[in-house]
Formats: sequence, structure tokens, C-alpha cells
Amino acid sequence: MRVYAVDAHAARLKLRPGMPLADARAKITTLDVVEADEPADAKLLHAIADWCERFTPLVAIDAPHGLLLDVTGAAHLFGGEAQMLDHIRDALKKLGFAVCGAIAGSAAAARALAHYADGTIASPHREAETIAPLPIFALNLDYSIIHGLRRAGLKTIGQVASRKRSELASRFGKEMVYLLDHALGQSEKPISPRRPLPDFTAEHRFAEPIATADVITMSLSSLAKNLSALLEKHGEGARRIEATFFRADGAVHRIAIETGRPVRDPTIIEKLFRERLDSLNDPLDPGFGFDLIRLCAEKSERTNPQTIGFDANDNKDKETGFLIDRLSARFGSHRVMRFVPQDTHIPEAAAIAAPAQQTPKQKWPARPEHEPPRRPLRLFAKPEPIEAMAEVPDGPPLRFRWRRALHSVARAEGPERIAMEWWRMREHTPTRDYFRVEDHEGRRFWLYRDGLFDRETKEPRWFVHGLFA
Amino acid sequence: MRTERVHLKALRGLVQPSLAGDDAGVRVPLGHAETDARLGGGLLRGTLHEVYAGDASAATGFAAALAIRTMDDRDMLWVRQDFSALEHGEMSATGFLELGLNPSRLILMRAAHAEDALRAGADALSCAGLGAVVIEIPGTPKILDLTASRRLVLAASRKRVTVFLLRFGARPQASAAETRWIVRAAPSHFDDEDWGAPRFDAELSRNRHGSTGHWIMEWSAEDGCFRKTDFGALAAAFADGSAATEFREAV
Repeated sequence: MRVYAVDAHAARLKLRPGMPLADARAKITTLDVVEADEPADAKLLHAIADWCERFTPLVAIDAPHGLLLDVTGAAHLFGGEAQMLDHIRDALKKLGFAVCGAIAGSAAAARALAHYADGTIASPHREAETIAPLPIFALNLDYSIIHGLRRAGLKTIGQVASRKRSELASRFGKEMVYLLDHALGQSEKPISPRRPLPDFTAEHRFAEPIATADVITMSLSSLAKNLSALLEKHGEGARRIEATFFRADGAVHRIAIETGRPVRDPTIIEKLFRERLDSLNDPLDPGFGFDLIRLCAEKSERTNPQTIGFDANDNKDKETGFLIDRLSARFGSHRVMRFVPQDTHIPEAAAIAAPAQQTPKQKWPARPEHEPPRRPLRLFAKPEPIEAMAEVPDGPPLRFRWRRALHSVARAEGPERIAMEWWRMREHTPTRDYFRVEDHEGRRFWLYRDGLFDRETKEPRWFVHGLFA
Repeated sequence: MRTERVHLKALRGLVQPSLAGDDAGVRVPLGHAETDARLGGGLLRGTLHEVYAGDASAATGFAAALAIRTMDDRDMLWVRQDFSALEHGEMSATGFLELGLNPSRLILMRAAHAEDALRAGADALSCAGLGAVVIEIPGTPKILDLTASRRLVLAASRKRVTVFLLRFGARPQASAAETRWIVRAAPSHFDDEDWGAPRFDAELSRNRHGSTGHWIMEWSAEDGCFRKTDFGALAAAFADGSAATEFREAV
């Protein structure tokens, strides 16, 4: 068993991560040992990353215990880079974390400085000089490369940087050179943020965290208007809008709405969020209050300027689209469906129900010419087994028992033979012979015999698949 | 055949919406002469109608047929509940197509329970893109009381969307509905070789602006309306609406 992490006091007493636990115990007999829980740590790191989104949406995880924030252009909100760094460290300290941090022009340099020169803010374009005195451990290199560099007598980044690149590449590989140049600020390598940069953003920061429903609603309303203005300026509409609520105590809540068509009308946006918020099982808990609310438009598309429709059909479609968005926001898009025709003769697969928000109106074939319906109005998702007595083995039933009630057949039509799609099935699925059947009370059923008598099965089973009007 | 086509044209003419789009008070003829007469010309649009199931699938078909009649050129929202789907089956797109409704005009809402179903239905009544909304309600949920039905009537009148409550396994209760139907399956005519067209034993048990009645009504998917049948005996027996009918619980 090895030491995974040490606190400041243990570090002062020369205990290091990686050291065998027995050795550590030998050194300090009164050691307080807690078992490492890496999954929980990772979860916590992600939670802190969520919280850090209040500074910038571009946050990347630097496992196992680090975060990379791209704060380009955001420092002025805090009165400067030094103030921003202090603010972040203080805030995290208040939340109970010990933090080391640094700001630099490249992610690798910032990382190196944070670990080995806590608190440094590298001047723009001076990364190379700033990180030169750091030990080579500060670069995130493979241990074998580090070992090789030390053997070659290169102990600081400055020493490595003074070497010819071709030499380094031939001995340690191209990757190492890329990393080095990136750390020195000589090449660009953007971080991989956890979430994509939204297309448009509007946010409200509150010096005094807000907790009452009215104020939250007002804020959302105002943000919707701001976002809408932004979208309008660019002639675009959003198909997905996410509201992020940052609590003063560190928790972050996200609520998103989706629409069938790109939207930028602030009243519609507000209405959809209200539906979504109303539908939450656990209502949004502000805790001690939200100090930042952000509205982001994602998936934005070009949209035509809103015209007051003189075309009644267009208006109707828009209204229906808005209804679908409202119902989807409230009940979930998997509950509001449109039917999509499928090219198959298997009855239960002839149409699939797909979320209406993502499914435009489909083209359906015309109704077949015959008068009596050949397909029932109601179809059981799982055909229900029945006991049927047929006159002849491959004929329609004379009587059948379904759900404990006995039905005697007055007339029947069929069989309509439907073979299962053998090219899709791994094993042979029986052919179905469907019968349209009416009992003496006038109730019409769609029954089938599962399996051709004698050819496929000796004891065919019968099912009711659907009910006609 | 030709006379029926002419009759159909006349019916369609009656239903043509006015240019102003204002069809409040429009009665849509169902195609069955006696029923339409009893209804004062046809089924009233932009209000609430109830269909109680004597037989679940028959009532479903009847409600669908009424909805198809009243939806005009707009779309239909069908609100089905998880429970009714298990009990009586899911709604089938091909089934609707066979009844004469192009499934592209249909939106299906899968409600988890009665409260969601009623909420979705009520919200839908504010959508001008819809012509008819059908809400399936199994059983007798407390939330569906007289006040709730009054609210539905009011909501329906705003955008002139006709709303139908399809009740399974329930006894008729007090409501503000314009008409109430109790629908059972009706056997096909013994002579009919081409049997199987949807055929309903439909009892108009409540009619706010007229008297009640009881008829056998057959739906023609091709014509998109009901048509007269030869089952004269039953019609005569209940024509004056005075014969009490024993209400059969849904199977």
C-alpha cells in the first residue's frame, strides 16, 4: 500500500505521495491514515469545475487534482489577473480547499507554475523565462523521459530549452518537443473544455445572492430579453438554451430547453423555461442564494426575420410547433410523438413513434382503396395470448378466451400471412397468420396464429394483437 | 352512389369555414341524417364532448371519428395515458390511416396519469394549429370534476378547438359537456359481405341543446363521415329517447 496524498503538515515532515505506507508509518508513528477514494475525488473535481464555470465557460479537467481555466479576456471583470487569481483562491479556500494556482499564456506553463511556483502570474509572452528555473518534473512528461533528461544532466526546463530541438526529438521523440514548445509559449495548444463554448451568452451577477422565486423569475426574464437581442443582432435563433444557476455555496444547477425550430422570441423562451421549472420533481433550490445566473444559446441557426404571417398555414404550423415545445419542456420530449412510416410489413413496426420536436411532418401513403379497415386502431405493444379453438388447424378460431372472457366468433376474414423478416432474425421466428374476427356482440379483433401448423409448429399459439373500432 | 356523393358535397359546403376564420357556433354534420337532426344540424365545434366506453375499442373509434369530423383542416392531438395503453392497446398510425386520417396530421401525447393528460389537453386547447383534441381518461380521477369540465369548455371556445373526453371504465358523472355519448360495439349486418367498417351502437345520452337519441352509426373512412345504416328496428325503438338503457361497464 502506498501513500496517495499528503497534507501540508505531512509534507513538511518529508512524507511524499508514492512512498510505501509502511515507511511513512515508520517515520511518523502517530500517522492519521484515510483510505483513498479516487472516484469520489474525481466527482468532487468535476463539482469544483462546475463552480469554476462562473469565471469562464472554458474549464478543462487536469486529472487527478487540477483544473485548467481559459480566462482570456475575462480578467478585467475582476480588476486584473492578480485580483482574479486571489479571488479564486480565496473563494475556494472558503469552500474548504487548499489551492495552488498560477496564470500564464499557455496551459502547460500555467500548470508547471501552479505546481512549482505557486502564485506566479507570468507576463505575456514571457513564459519561457518564467518557467526556465523550474525543475523538469514541472513538465507533464513520461517518467522515462524525465529519467533520460536527468541522466543527460538536464535538470531545469531552461537547460532543456537551450538544447537543439532536433537533438531532443531524436532522443526523446517529437511529442516531448511539442510539449516543451507549448510550455514555453512558442506554440498554441488550446485546452479541451468539458463543455463546448456556447454560441451566445447572457448573464447576471448578484453582489447579494438572490433566493426568492420572484427575483429569480425576473432575472430569467431579463436574461431572455438580452439573449434574444444578441441572437437578433446576428440573425440567428437557438434550438437549445441552457440556464445555469450558480449557488453562493458552490453548487451548480443546470436546466435546458430544446425547441423544434430555432427560436429567439423572449416570451417563448421564458414560457418554455417556466414549463420546465414547473415540471421539476425537486424544485430548484437556491440554498443561500444564487450569485450568478447565466443563459447560453447553443445549437443556433440562421433564422428568417419574424414576419407577421399572412399565410394561415404557416401560422398554424408555428403554433403547433410551439405547443410541441411546451409539452416537451413540461413532460419530456419522449412523451410527445409523431408517427414515422416504416418500410416493413411487420404490423408493430409499420410506424414508429418519434419525438415530435425532432420529427417534421412525415409523408404518408394514401389510404388503401378498400372499405373495411385491414388494420386495427389499437395495437397491443405485447400481443396477448389467447386460448383459441379452431375448426380446422389452419383456419380462423370458432371461439377464443381472452382475459378470462369467452368470445364466440360470428365472422372471420383471413388469413393474411405475414412472415417475419428472416434477414433480420438470428433464429427462425414463426410466420403469423392474421385473422380479422368479429364476435357475436360486434367486437372486432385482430388475431394471429403464431406459426404455420405442421410446417413450423405442432402446437401453434394464438394471440390478440389489436382491436378494431 | 351518385346521390350520396351529392349529399356529401352539400355537407362539405355547410362546413366551409368563413373567411374571417370565425367558426364559433358551427355545427359539423356527422353524416347520419337522424343524428344530425337531433343535434340541431351537427356536432357543435369549439366545445367539450364526452364519449363513454361501453366497449373500449368502439368508443375509441367513435371518438376518433368525431374528432376527424370536427378537426377541419387543422391537426389532431391524441392524449393517451400509460394505463389505457396497457389495458386497451396503443394507438396505431396505420389504424388511423384506415379510419381516414392521414397520420401526418396527428400528434400523440403519452401522459403518465390523468393530471398530466388533462394539463396537456388544456394547454393544447390554446393552440390555433389544432382542430381537435382527444383526452383518454381511464377510471374516475378526482381531478376531473364539474369545475374541470367547465374549464375545458371555456378553453375550447377560445381558439375553437373541439375537445373530446374518452372515458374508460367510468360511470357518467356531472359535467359541462355539450353532448355525452355512450358507445358500444355494433355487430355487422348479417348480409354484409364487406363487413368490418367501424360500426357503433351510439347512445346520445345527454344533449345540451336538444334531446337524446340512440342509433347505429357506421363510419365510412373513404367519405370521412358517418352514413345511414339499415338497422331501422333499433332506431325506431329509441327514437323518442325515452327508453332507459342499462349502462354496461366496459369489458
